[in-house]
Amino acid sequence: MDGYEKVAFPERKANRVESVPAGEVAATSGTGKNKGGFDREMIWQAVKDSFVKLNPRVMLSNPVMFVVEIMAVLTTFFTFSALSGAHGSLWFNAQIAAWLWITVLFANFAEALAEGRGKAQAASLRRARSETRAKKLVGERVEEVSSTRLNKGDVVLVEAGEVIPGDGEVIEGIASVDESAVTGESAPVIRESGGDRSAVTGGTRVLSDWIKVRVTANPGETFLDRMIQLVEGARRQKTPNEIALTILLVGLTIIFLLVVASLEPFAMYSGARASLPVLAALLVCLIPTTIGGLLSAIGIAGMDRLLRRNILAMSGRAVEAAGDVDVLLLDKTGTITLGNRMAVEFVAAPGVTPQMLADAAQLASLADETPEGRSIVVLAKEKYNLRERDLAGLGAVFVPFSAQTRMSGVDLKEREIRKGASDAIEKYLAESGEKLPPAVNTVVEEIARKGGTPLVVAENRRVLGVIYLKDVVKGGIKERFAQLRRMGIKTVMITGDNPLTAAAIAAEAGVDDFMAEATPETKLALIRRHQSAGHLVAMTGDGTNDAPALAQADVGVAMNSGTQAAKEAGNMVDLDSNPTKLIEVVETGKQLLMTRGALTTFSIANDVAKYFAIIPALFAVTYPQLNVLNIMGLATPQSAILSAVIFNALIIVALVPLALRGVTYRPLGANAILRRNMFIYGLGGLIVPFIGIKAIDLLLVLLGLH
Amino acid sequence: MKGIDLFQLFLYLVLLIALAVPLGRYMARVYQGERTWFDKLAGPVERLIYRLTGVDAGREMNWWQYALAVLVFNISGMVLLFLLQLVQGILPLNPQHFGAVKWDLSLNTAISFMTNTNWQAYSGESTMSYLTQMAGLTVQNFLSAATGMAVVIALIRGLARHTARTIGNFWVDLTRSVLFILLPISVVGALFLVSQGVIQNLSPYLNVHTLEGARQTLAMGPVASQEFIKELGTNGGGFFNANSAHPFENPTPLTNLVEMLAILVIPAGLAITFGRMVKDVRQGRVVLAAMLILFVLALGVCYTSEVTGNPQISALGVSGPTAMEGKEVRFGITNSALFATVTTAASCGAVNTMHDSLTPLGGLVPMLQIMLGEVVFGGVGSGLYGMLIFVILTVFIVGLMVGRTPEYLGKKIESREMKMATLAVLIPAATILIGAALAAATKAGTSSIANPGPHGLSEILYAFASGTGNNGSAFAGLNANTLFYNLAIGLAMFIGRFGVILPVLAIAGSMAAKKAVPAGPGTFETTGGLFAGLLSATVLIVGALTFFPALALGPIVEQLLMFAGKAF
Repeated sequence: MDGYEKVAFPERKANRVESVPAGEVAATSGTGKNKGGFDREMIWQAVKDSFVKLNPRVMLSNPVMFVVEIMAVLTTFFTFSALSGAHGSLWFNAQIAAWLWITVLFANFAEALAEGRGKAQAASLRRARSETRAKKLVGERVEEVSSTRLNKGDVVLVEAGEVIPGDGEVIEGIASVDESAVTGESAPVIRESGGDRSAVTGGTRVLSDWIKVRVTANPGETFLDRMIQLVEGARRQKTPNEIALTILLVGLTIIFLLVVASLEPFAMYSGARASLPVLAALLVCLIPTTIGGLLSAIGIAGMDRLLRRNILAMSGRAVEAAGDVDVLLLDKTGTITLGNRMAVEFVAAPGVTPQMLADAAQLASLADETPEGRSIVVLAKEKYNLRERDLAGLGAVFVPFSAQTRMSGVDLKEREIRKGASDAIEKYLAESGEKLPPAVNTVVEEIARKGGTPLVVAENRRVLGVIYLKDVVKGGIKERFAQLRRMGIKTVMITGDNPLTAAAIAAEAGVDDFMAEATPETKLALIRRHQSAGHLVAMTGDGTNDAPALAQADVGVAMNSGTQAAKEAGNMVDLDSNPTKLIEVVETGKQLLMTRGALTTFSIANDVAKYFAIIPALFAVTYPQLNVLNIMGLATPQSAILSAVIFNALIIVALVPLALRGVTYRPLGANAILRRNMFIYGLGGLIVPFIGIKAIDLLLVLLGLH
Repeated sequence: MKGIDLFQLFLYLVLLIALAVPLGRYMARVYQGERTWFDKLAGPVERLIYRLTGVDAGREMNWWQYALAVLVFNISGMVLLFLLQLVQGILPLNPQHFGAVKWDLSLNTAISFMTNTNWQAYSGESTMSYLTQMAGLTVQNFLSAATGMAVVIALIRGLARHTARTIGNFWVDLTRSVLFILLPISVVGALFLVSQGVIQNLSPYLNVHTLEGARQTLAMGPVASQEFIKELGTNGGGFFNANSAHPFENPTPLTNLVEMLAILVIPAGLAITFGRMVKDVRQGRVVLAAMLILFVLALGVCYTSEVTGNPQISALGVSGPTAMEGKEVRFGITNSALFATVTTAASCGAVNTMHDSLTPLGGLVPMLQIMLGEVVFGGVGSGLYGMLIFVILTVFIVGLMVGRTPEYLGKKIESREMKMATLAVLIPAATILIGAALAAATKAGTSSIANPGPHGLSEILYAFASGTGNNGSAFAGLNANTLFYNLAIGLAMFIGRFGVILPVLAIAGSMAAKKAVPAGPGTFETTGGLFAGLLSATVLIVGALTFFPALALGPIVEQLLMFAGKAF
């Protein structure tokens, strides 16, 4: 039988946001600065940063754009040296040089803008980290020291109104803590020694009572420090897939370098001459600048999208792995069910009317503030029209739940009402030699088999009947799981319930599989089993005993409300402590990869049109016949080359919003997604530049710039 | 387009598929060590070879051991062939008393036959003794083909296996390729050719009086035995300079058809073998489909251009086909265009028509097919492993769009595979471009050109593409037997061969070591029409993007000039 304890101790604070979709949570809580749009200041900052990033040492990390920068330098040089010489098309060369610089700046701008949001958030986090005085306990003595001088293992006392000086574990006391500096959530949370709610974060404030905290992080290594580094992108490393893609882009760049370099001898052979600015323009148009310029922005934006949902990814690698996840381990409570059992039925014992049972049950629950207790009161009112009564007026004495009796109830003048799990009531009855009637026993078993929790109600040691408490599966979750299945993701429900209960709920929620009577060991074994079959596993967890499984999982999302050990073990932390968000994490990962693929395809497909613009222009003097290839009908060779370069630069900035927002994600099977994206970014990538280059050409002619 | 032409092209494709499918299945059994009906005959020979050479057939190699064996074996073969040509003058079976081949030509030829290129800067009938032709060139025809097949089988094993360290035993793969596949088919094929009139003798050249009363020397030789493996192994090196346009190499329309089928049957069949060995026949079919798409496109362009011909000749009042110069009257436009497309789709390089004389656009097709990396069917083995590199590239670029890191056959494609795949595409492209640029910019390069203008550039481009792509056919206008070209193209052939084989084997090794992820609805599907289309588009776009500027200055402008009334 599932423990009655859980009924009396509602689990996490996470429960209160259950019914609110995660997106809204992020929008309403958040750290305030982190909304979707960009303010003018952020854009201005990004513009300034794009110039700072021109530093070749910074550019070197992006080989494609580095080549563009070199070409820009060479072209500029050529243009200036031509000033003294007798080269004709100075104005034309200068324009090419300018647009090559603009191409580099646009790419830098994209990256700077993506970093901008994180920087703004880091600034607000820094304010929380400001130096504080800490009361360090040395033996019995209290010593005032600066928070920056606290080391791992020190113990500090934090009292009401004070800021917790560093990350740590509560070793004594209980306090309500305002964690809004980190989570953006203004409602205070309880932190106490022992159990899964013992972790405190530096920079948060104790509101009431006092706690003794053992510091678990040295200065500079605290959660807040790490968070600042992460959101700032200071420690950003290229993810494995990003590295592989960069290799491909570098390969393509080398090929096109050779194409352009070998064009010079071919042209010489043919009696044509291509000037350096024109060759530079051709090269820059051909190398994959679109994806090269946006690649890092896409990665940063992926982490940023998670951050706006209040999930902190410890590395880009974790976000990427999230896209590959195909097994989700979901905690039943809080993710699949609402987390609280609700009374749905009163089943009276033989010879008792349902009204009598409901009356006793409601009386016993009036003082019970747990959601379960309230649901009993509400059900009695709805079904039997029993109105709430004033306990004090009745002279009632509430008997709270205790670990010894595992029952709660109420004592009135002549009535002693108790409710509890059937074995607890059985024990209570046995004191006076009574037994559970067989009919009640049957009902108890029946409810348990259906996945519910039976609560037996007794009055004056006479069993009145059973309250059917049911785990309520969240609305819409079944459809969500069906979507996941179509995406190829298997859902596994993890629960401490017995197999019967678990099976019933699993069937109702529509998960693919479940694990009943889960322990940390069996969870770990389950993850290993899936991984050895080649699957990637994601899970959430908060307890210290979840830590091994969180570390083993490919994506381990630790709840911020959880222990320090859990947060260390996972590769993401959910600041809202909402386990449902695991699904969003996977979607964000997929979106990140899709955006990368879409822009790569788009970038390569673009080259076709650029060839049709530049090749006829390049050799128009030597072989006028090649003008047949000028299918866009571009006005002059100069305008054709300029249009291609300008298009190449503008497309980067035009795609910045897409890179930051990510391509539209739909929970469909791989084939449907591919068809859709191929149509938009593959076919679009072929056609758009033809239109764009032609339009720019027309504009150039209109403005007389060619 | 005439109906009869269309019918012939169609018939060719139907026959090709009908032969390739059973052969592919048979080859899968051969390489997986399963029982075949040929065991009784070849089995004892195979065991004897292992006993004599001390090969432990049961011991597998990891990728670099395999690569080392490939290199050692091939380079030794090259050295032997090089020496044989130098000393052929003092060796028997030399009725025409040919002296030593010049060292640079000899080196070029040794590399050429070792790399399955069969680029010939010489005329067989006036340079090589019968011994060199038989013991040198023909032997390398078998061994270079078998090397290609062994390498692709190693790659297939790497893709099929998971969490494995080894990819097979090169000596076993090599031996089985020759004994079970190349040799038996060649014997049957050679006998068939003899029945059609291909010569097979060791007699001195004949001096005959022709009907017109002129005197003519008829070159003789053991042609049939070299002829069939020339096609079957996609080698292409003709016994005679005229190659398959020579009546003693390719006497009848029937031999023409059979020779064309022999060129593509193993490359097409290997796609089926691949599907079998990775336990998913659809994977093999999709590769075959992509090859067919590209082939039909190429054939369409080549045929149309040849049928359209040269408007300047039409203007002279010539009726009938106007692009007959350089073609055999026995084969006509259709079978010449088909042969040209077939021989360059595969890295064969046998020709029954002079590619130099094709219309510019018709000549672009063979060139482009070679430049695409010889993956449209391609050489025996090399075509499929080249195509699988493109599969990996396609999966990587397009696969990301389904929202997962790319995977092929359940294996993640990561930076190591991308590095190797990129190298395998980059190395040949760089070799062609650098080599051709060097030739176009230097006196040593341009002095060999027979035709001026864009056609000359086409000749240079074709030579380096053909060498690097290990095709071996020539735009014959170029005088390739110079020190510069012998060395430059020799180097191009070597780099073009091993610059791809080594990355391919490295991929085989790293893919074999990976865990396999079972496919689900979220997995990027590498079967079906969409993927076949994507794969062929990737091949086309990567190839076209790399060579479009050069081609624009060569054949494209030449075609446009021809329509404008200017020929070269």
